[in-house]
Amino acid sequence: MELNDGSTGCCGECGSPPQQTRRSALSWLLGAGVSASLASFFYPVLRFLNPPHVTEAAVNEVAAGKVQDLKPNSGKIIKFGNKPALLVRVSETEFKAFSAVCTHLNCTVQYQDSTRQIWCACHNGTYDMNGRVVSGPPPNPLEEFAVLLRGDDVVISRRA
Amino acid sequence: MSGVIELLEHKTVPVHSATRWYYFGGITLFLFAIQVITGILLLLYYRPTVAEAFESVRFIMTRVEFGWLIRSIHSWSANLLIFAAFVHMFSVVFTHAYRKPRELTWLSGIVLLGLMLGFGFSGYLLPWNQISYFATKVGTDVAASAPLVGPAMGRFLRGGDDVGAATLTRFFAFHVMILPIITAGLVMFHILLVQKNGMSTPPWVSPSGVRQMRFFPNFFLRELMVWYFALAILGVLAAVFPWELGDKADPFASAPKGIRPEWYFLAQFYTLKLVPSHVWIFEGELLGILGFGLLAGSWAVLPFWGMDRTGAARTRLVTGVGVVLVAYLATFTVLGYYK
Repeated sequence: MELNDGSTGCCGECGSPPQQTRRSALSWLLGAGVSASLASFFYPVLRFLNPPHVTEAAVNEVAAGKVQDLKPNSGKIIKFGNKPALLVRVSETEFKAFSAVCTHLNCTVQYQDSTRQIWCACHNGTYDMNGRVVSGPPPNPLEEFAVLLRGDDVVISRRA
Repeated sequence: MSGVIELLEHKTVPVHSATRWYYFGGITLFLFAIQVITGILLLLYYRPTVAEAFESVRFIMTRVEFGWLIRSIHSWSANLLIFAAFVHMFSVVFTHAYRKPRELTWLSGIVLLGLMLGFGFSGYLLPWNQISYFATKVGTDVAASAPLVGPAMGRFLRGGDDVGAATLTRFFAFHVMILPIITAGLVMFHILLVQKNGMSTPPWVSPSGVRQMRFFPNFFLRELMVWYFALAILGVLAAVFPWELGDKADPFASAPKGIRPEWYFLAQFYTLKLVPSHVWIFEGELLGILGFGLLAGSWAVLPFWGMDRTGAARTRLVTGVGVVLVAYLATFTVLGYYK
């Protein structure tokens, strides 16, 4: 493309008005410059809005209290790292532990002694004592943790 | 100023069988003004941190003179505002006021309704109580479940992977700064469009033969009376049924029995409860959320499928869809509340 000084009002063989050619080139440059400026303003803002990933120390095992703290056929929520876990004393000798985060929409589940099931109050999802979905909208089972009894202490750990 | 006076002198309001529905836009605006005033008052004492949010609201309610009343009015007014906005929207649908040349008025109104729901959702978390904590967990997880952009949107809303201190700070920023700025501009735009296009008359009323009432002072004084009546209802509700605070949020407690969101999200809440875990190869939750998205999108573009090529309303189609939607929302809201 040839750019002349525009004084003649035409560009000879190419047939397009030279002023328009120059103007469109300038407009294009201006547009690209403004777009690049806007992108350079908004890119940091967009990145700023995205919260940074905070890496937390991976927790694989926590002490969940004493055996005698929990009666048979009852459950309690304990901290497993920064997530809640559910410890259930099924009988005198049997303990079970699961992630307490409902697989439906992230609510925290609870143990129901009347039905001996795990229940989510938010959307009425229920799981059995193996963590499997019994009814309601949860799409996946609860993650089960291993429970170890060390003397009087109850310890729960992530399964390998 | 002279322009405003001229507008007031010449503006008229058509008088017909559906004139009473014109008041609901004004009621919504009036309640929004109450939200701004009481919100500013609450800001004088509220502290937006996990350690202090609940305690500061309790302080407002128990120690600050009339604090319970100001907070109660703010909460009740928010709910009445959304109710008035819904009535206003459905009155526009059933009087077919969305048709040409008012498509942009409808669209700006829909965005405003979305902003009001955003105010409700973000404000709900601010007292940092147990119910609001779990409602926010579910609400942000619904957003995070959307295809493609969902996970990024969930993180953006929460300020991280879970609802916590960062979420409270963000929701506070949304509630008192970002949403008010956008809403103020859009409210002005919406009102400007209403003034520019004048008041719509329903298709069954002949625009040429209809009697006109002067906006100022005739309609304006009637509107003032309606506002006064709305204020009376608000005052009674706030004083007789003061808004409760509940228990402080505990991220390591189970979701309490009977948990449910605010009434305007109950229909969606109950629908999500009914959708099975899997439908064919899809997760039920995803289908439900996609369904809500499609419904909201179709509703937002109502003027474009609700009119024929000449710009006349497809009255039967729109009224039919409107009736079905009202029936769905009303039934599922009641079921969501009681079941």
